[in-house]
Amino acid sequence: MQPPSAPASNDRGAATPTAGGVLPVDPPEGLPPPEDLIACPGCDALYVAQMPEPTGRAVCERCHRVLIAPRLDAGLRIIALTLAITILVTAAVFFPFLQIEAAGMGNRASIMDVATSFRSGVLVLVSVATIAVIVLVPLMRTLLLLYVLVPLTAGRRPARHARGAFRLAQEMKPWAMTEIFAIGCAVALVKVASLAHLEFGAAFWMFAVLVIIVIANDIYMCSWSIWKSIEDAE
Amino acid sequence: MITAREAGLIACRRCARAWPMGTKVCGRCGSRLMSRDTTSLSRVWAWWVAGVICYIPANLSPMLVTTTLLQRQENTIVGGAVEIAESGDWGVAAIVLIASVVIPIGKFIAIAYLAISVARRSARSPLARYRLYEVVEFIGRWSMIDVFVVAILSALVQLSVVATIRPGPAALTFALSVIFTMLSAQSFDTRMIWDPPRRRDRDDA
Repeated sequence: MQPPSAPASNDRGAATPTAGGVLPVDPPEGLPPPEDLIACPGCDALYVAQMPEPTGRAVCERCHRVLIAPRLDAGLRIIALTLAITILVTAAVFFPFLQIEAAGMGNRASIMDVATSFRSGVLVLVSVATIAVIVLVPLMRTLLLLYVLVPLTAGRRPARHARGAFRLAQEMKPWAMTEIFAIGCAVALVKVASLAHLEFGAAFWMFAVLVIIVIANDIYMCSWSIWKSIEDAE
Repeated sequence: MITAREAGLIACRRCARAWPMGTKVCGRCGSRLMSRDTTSLSRVWAWWVAGVICYIPANLSPMLVTTTLLQRQENTIVGGAVEIAESGDWGVAAIVLIASVVIPIGKFIAIAYLAISVARRSARSPLARYRLYEVVEFIGRWSMIDVFVVAILSALVQLSVVATIRPGPAALTFALSVIFTMLSAQSFDTRMIWDPPRRRDRDDA
C-alpha cells in the first residue's frame, strides 16, 4: 500500500475537509472527474476523496459509514499479521485442541476432528461448511491478501489478477468465522463441565492468539486505500 | 449533499469508485455496477423465506443427542439452553438463547421491516433504518455459534460407554437458516433506504 501521506488528488483546493478527508460535492462548481470522487456504498452520497491524516478517518456525513481509514505502514502490518494468521491456522488445525477425561477414559480433538464430526448422512454438509468457515475461508483470505499486498507494499506493479484476488478476499470476509468459533469453544467447555474434566491443548492457545490477530488485521485494513493503490500502481 | 445518482454517476458498492452513468462493470474492482440494485428486494425475500423455512425444523428437532451410561437424551436448541440454566450457568444459557433464538428471530423481523419500508418508500428516519441494517449485518454471523458448539462437543465427547454426544438434524437446518439469512441481508441494497420518500420530498439534513 502507498504511504497514506500520498494525497488523492484534489486539485480544486476547496475548503478544508469537514469529515476528516471527504468533501461533499458542490455541483455549481462543476463535477470533478469521477476518479477523484468517492461514493458512499451505504447511501450513495458523493464526496471528493482525499486521503485523511495518517490516523484520521473519513466518515460519510449522512450514514456515518467509515469510507477511508488509512493507518501508517498499514501494508507492512497487514502482511506481518497475515503471515502470522497463516502459520497459526495451519498449526491450530492439526494439534490437539481440547482434551477431555471422564471415568478414566479420555479423548482429544483437533480442529480437524471438530470440523469432521458430522458424519452421519446429510450432516456431512455441516462438516463441509464448518471446515470452510473456520479453516479454509480464513486461510484463503489471508493468502489472497498477501498476494495482493506484498507487491504493492514493495512498490512493484500489482500481481496478475490482483483486483480479482482482492475482490474475492473482500467477499469472503463475512464467511470467515474464526472468532465465533473461539466463543463456541468457551460455551462447549461449560456444557461438558458437568459431564467430564476438560483441558485446553496447545492449539487452543494458538487459536486464542489467532482470533486477536484476525481482529487487529481487520482494523488495519482500509479497503478504499488498497483499491486506490492497486489502481495507482497499474 | 448530493448522491452519485443525482450527479449522473453510478457508484461501485464494493470499492466506492464513481463512474459515468451507463457504465456496466467497475473498471477498478470488476464488480457489476447498478445505480440501484432493482433485483435486490426479490433476492432478499427469496433468501429470507428460505431462512424462515429452515428455522422451523431447526427448533423442533434435536440439536444434540447425548448418550451416557444411564440415559439417552435429545436436546433441542431451547431445551439445551434451559438445561444449562438449570445447572446454574445463567450467563452461558443467556448466550445460547440470544445467539440462537433472539438474534435469528430479530433478524427475520428486521430484514422484513427494512424490505417492506424500502418497497413502500417509507419516510421513516433513514439513518435509524440504516443503523438497523448495520446491526443485522454485524450480528448475523454470530448465530453460527450454536452449530460450532455442537461440532466441538460431538468431536470431543466420544468416551465409548461413559458418554457420547452426536449432532442431531437441527444442526443442519439451523446452519442453513443462518447462511440463508446472511445471504438475505447481503442482497439488500442499502442505498434504497436513502432515496427520497414517495410523497413529500424531504431534504436530508
